[in-house]
Amino acid sequence: MARSARKTTSRRGEAGPQGDDVRSDLHVAVELTGSGGLKIELASKVGALYGGSIHDAAEHVLTALGVSDARVTIDDKGGLPFTIAARVEAAALRAGAEPKGDPRPERTVARSGPSPRDRLRRSRLYLPGSQPKFMINAGIHRPDGVILDLEDSVHPSEKDTARLLVRNALRCVDFIGAERMVRINQLPLGLEDLQAVVPEAPDLILLPKTERPDQVLVVAERIRQISAQAGDGHPIWLMPILESALGIENAFAVATADETVVALTVGLEDYTADLGVVKTQEGAETLFARTRLVNAARAAGIQAIDSVYGDVGDEEGLRAWAMRSRALGFEGMGCIHPRQIEPIHEAFAPSAQEIEKALKIVAAFQEAEAKGLGVVSLGSKMIDPPVVLRARRLVETARRTGLIPQDAPAQDKSGA
Amino acid sequence: MSVELVVNKVGRRVPTVVNNREQAPFLGVGAYEPDGRKQAPPIRSCRDYPASGDKRVTDLKAALKKCGIADGMTISTHHHLRNGDAVALLALRAAAELGVKDLMWFPSASFPCHEPVIELMDQGVVHHIEGSMNGPLGEYCSRGKMRGMGVLRSHGGRWQAIQDGEVHIDIAVIAAPSADPFGNADGSHGPSACGSLGFALADSIYADHVIVVTDNLVPFPCIPWQIQGNNVDYVVEVDSIGDPAKIVSGTTEITKSPDRLLIAEYVARFLKEAGIMRDGFSFQAGAGGIALAFVEFLKKLMKEAGVKARFVRGGSTKYLVDLLKEGLTDYILDGQTFDLAGVESIARDPRHVATSPFTSYNYHGKGNFATLVDAVVLGATEVDVDFNANVNTHSDGILLHGIGGWQNCLFAGCTILALPSFRDRIPVLVDQVTTMTGPGELIDVVVSERGIAINPRRTDLLDRLKGSKLPIRPIQEIKEEVERITGGPPAKASLTDRPVAVIKWVDGTVLDTVWQLQE
Repeated sequence: MARSARKTTSRRGEAGPQGDDVRSDLHVAVELTGSGGLKIELASKVGALYGGSIHDAAEHVLTALGVSDARVTIDDKGGLPFTIAARVEAAALRAGAEPKGDPRPERTVARSGPSPRDRLRRSRLYLPGSQPKFMINAGIHRPDGVILDLEDSVHPSEKDTARLLVRNALRCVDFIGAERMVRINQLPLGLEDLQAVVPEAPDLILLPKTERPDQVLVVAERIRQISAQAGDGHPIWLMPILESALGIENAFAVATADETVVALTVGLEDYTADLGVVKTQEGAETLFARTRLVNAARAAGIQAIDSVYGDVGDEEGLRAWAMRSRALGFEGMGCIHPRQIEPIHEAFAPSAQEIEKALKIVAAFQEAEAKGLGVVSLGSKMIDPPVVLRARRLVETARRTGLIPQDAPAQDKSGA
Repeated sequence: MSVELVVNKVGRRVPTVVNNREQAPFLGVGAYEPDGRKQAPPIRSCRDYPASGDKRVTDLKAALKKCGIADGMTISTHHHLRNGDAVALLALRAAAELGVKDLMWFPSASFPCHEPVIELMDQGVVHHIEGSMNGPLGEYCSRGKMRGMGVLRSHGGRWQAIQDGEVHIDIAVIAAPSADPFGNADGSHGPSACGSLGFALADSIYADHVIVVTDNLVPFPCIPWQIQGNNVDYVVEVDSIGDPAKIVSGTTEITKSPDRLLIAEYVARFLKEAGIMRDGFSFQAGAGGIALAFVEFLKKLMKEAGVKARFVRGGSTKYLVDLLKEGLTDYILDGQTFDLAGVESIARDPRHVATSPFTSYNYHGKGNFATLVDAVVLGATEVDVDFNANVNTHSDGILLHGIGGWQNCLFAGCTILALPSFRDRIPVLVDQVTTMTGPGELIDVVVSERGIAINPRRTDLLDRLKGSKLPIRPIQEIKEEVERITGGPPAKASLTDRPVAVIKWVDGTVLDTVWQLQE
């Protein structure tokens, strides 16, 4: 896919990919002419069916930006309306149009309710912010979260377009109940990202390469400022990504830097590079960082989320990694392909035996409580309070993941 | 030229006369009663054929001449060599060199390699095509450039049309990967092996004259004789009947698209939860990406449940062959062979059986195999909220695909269309299909990445899937969701009032019309 040149002259701008293999996307060239009105030339593979709609969408964006005289060439390969709007806006801005007015497309998905701070975060699917074709159907694979990524998966020359695409996607793409996360760039670029995405009320912001608590505070403060202006009170949580030796050392301080931090996660590629070691499949070289992170997160009362498994074709390897990850205390991990979601959900789910045992313990606890007994016992064995706590947590997870019915009392399944 | 149109049982306007032949409009599934007797070729005598059994002539031109080729005749060819076929063009060009005009070309299907037939139509050699048209040929027809009307038939419908005398074949030209001088022919051996020759069987039985063209002449007997030499007039040897690389693919690839994999997985789980996947069941799946992936998912579920199939129907591919090898099916009943693994298997394994459109699909016979299949997984370009489906035209009205065995398969116990709910921006789920290839009463389930819609007529399936974790949803609801994504329903295709082709139903009645594009 050819990358478009940015601003070939001061009054001309292009955006979007070109070529025969482009799907669900488009290339737009805008030339500000200063006179002669808007001339839109459209070639589209869906022209017979949506030509009028594409024309109107382009005109809407340009009019909102105050562009009244321009020659616009659109080469469309079936882009959806939110993509068309973003590409046209990016091309116009690159041509030198002033960023003013409200060129955003009409919101077509309802604003989601607040995302609970401790919601299930077993899987979070990375979506490159410059690739709208991957966003459209992300939700159907039922990840717990989607990450609209503005950072490493976006080429530096495409940061501006990706920001507009992500903003529009938050308004127009239905992620079908997945938590809507955005990974911003490192500061200071990340602060510009916040300006674009925070008014669209994402549920969570990922902060890459976090090393110190003050970095978290800057972001949290900026989000509060923008939210106060946008004014809808939707909670926006933070998930710092620790990707260096220093970050790992400061894990607890980062986790407790702001009350909106709900989880810590780790970037193992950058971390191993920082250590100067090779990342292996078994992961002995990252064990310290990961256990340290789990401990810090637990100490701060937030979730510990693991990194990604990089080999998309190796489902068995993924399952094994995810099982080990759960055993270490992580509650979820990242996905770089939709087919990784189901194996991860299965690996992070408690087993049938674990659930059965936990239900028995919870039932015994309830029975002891009802009888006013201070000591919980199951058969001839005494059960310590932390074991009860772990069992209750496991039952809760099983309920939330649908492994046992929401309303089933523990006793029904306990066999007691 | 004005054409008289009537409205048929499904509300479609169809012509009453097509290429000077009167037509019956579609009357409803199973409503049309045929009468009369089957067509028969003229009686021949051994007296007129060499006692040595050697029916070879020097070249195609000589053979066509001996067959008495003349203006206005019908010449048939077959698509088992798919996009690698060289024989159709060899035959039509030989006819052109003989100065013949106004032929009707009657292929069992056409492929992109047949694009040069456009020149032959422009030159007047070919008058029109009755058979599938896609790519440039489809566009030629859709733009109203063909002199006669296109007639699209299913594989079974083609057999029915030949047997019932709707189409009279003057000369059948059969490309044979192996043949002997007597005319016995086989598709499973030779450098251009393609597997089954089933598509040419009707032509070999009913045509006035039959020419076998081969690049692999073997001494009598050519075993197995999928085509019997007793029906063959002449045998012609050529250097090559086609490009083996385009006849079968080396390997058929499963889709890598996560969305399509999800659809395939839903289909497999549906069959299991509906109780269709049980010991001794049968199914058919084509060679499309979703269908291939479906076989892999189903295989896993079959192994887990410890069940095996009695038979599977191909289009055979490596994935069906694997089922046979692993003992997960007793037989493959094969209509055509898509990859090298399929070709090898049909040549060696007696449980991998070549079938013909007569055994599998012909509606005017004493039953056919399609109705014995428990479940079939098919694709479509469009499906509407009444479950009617279109496989023939793009949403902009341009001819895109032939019918293949698609219509015939609709008679399976459970007909499943597995498809994305939209492609790029183009909705696949629509209010009304652009062209009707199959009536909704025969389509039971639509499986898309956004949900599974069960035809309300199938209350049994709805009951069995109650409480399922699969996303069972009304088709209308999925369609509305798609329109929210695509920015509203698409504009209607802009078409004229001039018919350029008709879609035949399996019984020979006219189901729908393809109209010339408005330019």
